[in-house]
Amino acid sequence: MVDVQAPGRGLGGRLSVAAAARYAAPIGLVVVFLAFFIATPNFLTLGNISDLLVSAAILLVLAMGQQLVVTVAGIDLSVGSNLPWSAAVLGFAYTQGWGLAVSVLLALLAGLLVGVVNGLLVARLNMTDFIVTLGSLSVVSGITLLLTQGNTVAVNSAFLRGLALNGIGPVRWFWVVAFVVAALVGFLLFRTRTGTYLLSTGGNIDAAREAGINVSRIRLIAYASSGLACGVASVLLVARTGGADPSLQTDLLLSSIAAVVLGGSSLFGGKASVFGSVAGAVLLQSLINGFTLLGISQYYQPIAVGAVVLGAAFISRFQK
Amino acid sequence: MAETTGQPERESSVATDPPLVEITGLRKSFDAVHALQGVNLTLAQGEVTALLGDNGAGKSTLVRCLTGVHPPDEGEIRFRGEPIRLNSPDDARRLGIETVYQTLGLIEDLQVWQNLYLNRELTTGFGPFQVLDKKAMIAHSTEILAKLDVNVPNVRATVRRMSGGQRQSIAIARAANWGKTLVIMDEPTAALGVRETAAVEALIHRLRDSDVTVLLISHDMGQVLRVADTAYVLRRGQTAARREIAKTTGDELVGLITGAIEGDAHA
Repeated sequence: MVDVQAPGRGLGGRLSVAAAARYAAPIGLVVVFLAFFIATPNFLTLGNISDLLVSAAILLVLAMGQQLVVTVAGIDLSVGSNLPWSAAVLGFAYTQGWGLAVSVLLALLAGLLVGVVNGLLVARLNMTDFIVTLGSLSVVSGITLLLTQGNTVAVNSAFLRGLALNGIGPVRWFWVVAFVVAALVGFLLFRTRTGTYLLSTGGNIDAAREAGINVSRIRLIAYASSGLACGVASVLLVARTGGADPSLQTDLLLSSIAAVVLGGSSLFGGKASVFGSVAGAVLLQSLINGFTLLGISQYYQPIAVGAVVLGAAFISRFQK
Repeated sequence: MAETTGQPERESSVATDPPLVEITGLRKSFDAVHALQGVNLTLAQGEVTALLGDNGAGKSTLVRCLTGVHPPDEGEIRFRGEPIRLNSPDDARRLGIETVYQTLGLIEDLQVWQNLYLNRELTTGFGPFQVLDKKAMIAHSTEILAKLDVNVPNVRATVRRMSGGQRQSIAIARAANWGKTLVIMDEPTAALGVRETAAVEALIHRLRDSDVTVLLISHDMGQVLRVADTAYVLRRGQTAARREIAKTTGDELVGLITGAIEGDAHA
């Protein structure tokens, strides 16, 4: 850390709390790993960690999209229905016999479409992000039910099965997909002009506008990316479950926001941490995984996840 | 004009160069509010011109006309003798006109160099594969700040960690770096302490020394007397008076602002 800054900020005690807040997710991840490692010999095994990371991949991809929206001081609640919607489109296209490549492409486009509509409403019409994505959460969920008649569509594809089960040696394909998505988001945020504009728009939208940045285009990009991330995640979801389930994915929606918050990004925008969000996503998945291993009732899982998020929010109050 | 600016010869030095900016008969109304009712103002190249006036006198509107935020209803703005029409802030920016607003326009969570290069980032690569050239921007940022003697210990620190004076200096340095022709400052020291104010005033002097034209909006008469060459007083949307700082006093300027002294420059 470089510390040669303005005088009058020597709050030694606070600095450590602020550092803890910034690294809440990685620190929490280590704590959770240690706790489960002590609690059960089945947690820290190659097989379990491998599966844990595979199941974390879907959440991780969603969290990467959410990260971009949160960076511009927005929130994307439509993730909960965009994911099953994209999956349903994949299932629909596949059962129509259009082939897997076309089906996957359509799923990506379906996710992107929802994101673009969100983005247009938020950025161009200046509607409140929370309301827009809450509305599209509901609308898209209904469209999905209409498309599928409420039934899970089985997708029986050897390729998708391979995607979920295989990999390059010990490296599973899901990890590769998640890693590539995270790397792309990190590259976009911190290596490109667009990334600087995303951070600027979220940090101080008036200043960004004064500097000549097209803030509505930047906000549109953020929501569209989140939609596309849902499309990518839907392919993983179908591969993992072997079908397209049209029901709302509220858990993944909440977890995607929680992962970003845990990762140290500010919900007020302007701050992003891809590494933090990745750690946040893995942390949340580890909680669920460990609880299952320990045979703790499923009903405790949402409580634990919520408690972790509240804890992170509490610590982040000290972050300045 | 009675006053000739003793500027060093610029490239096309026929007889006298036209002033950098010449505003005549500028009018701007917002519905029933006549914000500007015939403003005349001339900015001489390389000088610091102060713009004075009470609240509601039209200073901000005039600045917004000059920065392309509000196109004027009537009147003419000449830039180096050429009539121009500013329809957007981009138009003004293209002419090298930069503004430091009171809000400064800095992004707190970005680093100093990112703010200096905001929306002017240097990139390497080509086409869609352009990557930020951080090294070059960081190096140049250090130079930009050093040239103006701005005291920022580390250009890689975020603006959030900077004091008020440092922030103001960064905003001014940014404007001066890109504002090749004119830098407009809206009450640059309003929120600053004595020492920081002195630092910013010294910075304005250095801008002037490097031949940057400055339009300074200020309520601080002492400051105007210290840094400006010329002062314009606006009252109720009109140019009330123009004074050369060397030949006026703070009391006279205050009188002109309040209307206690009748102006002599009515349009």
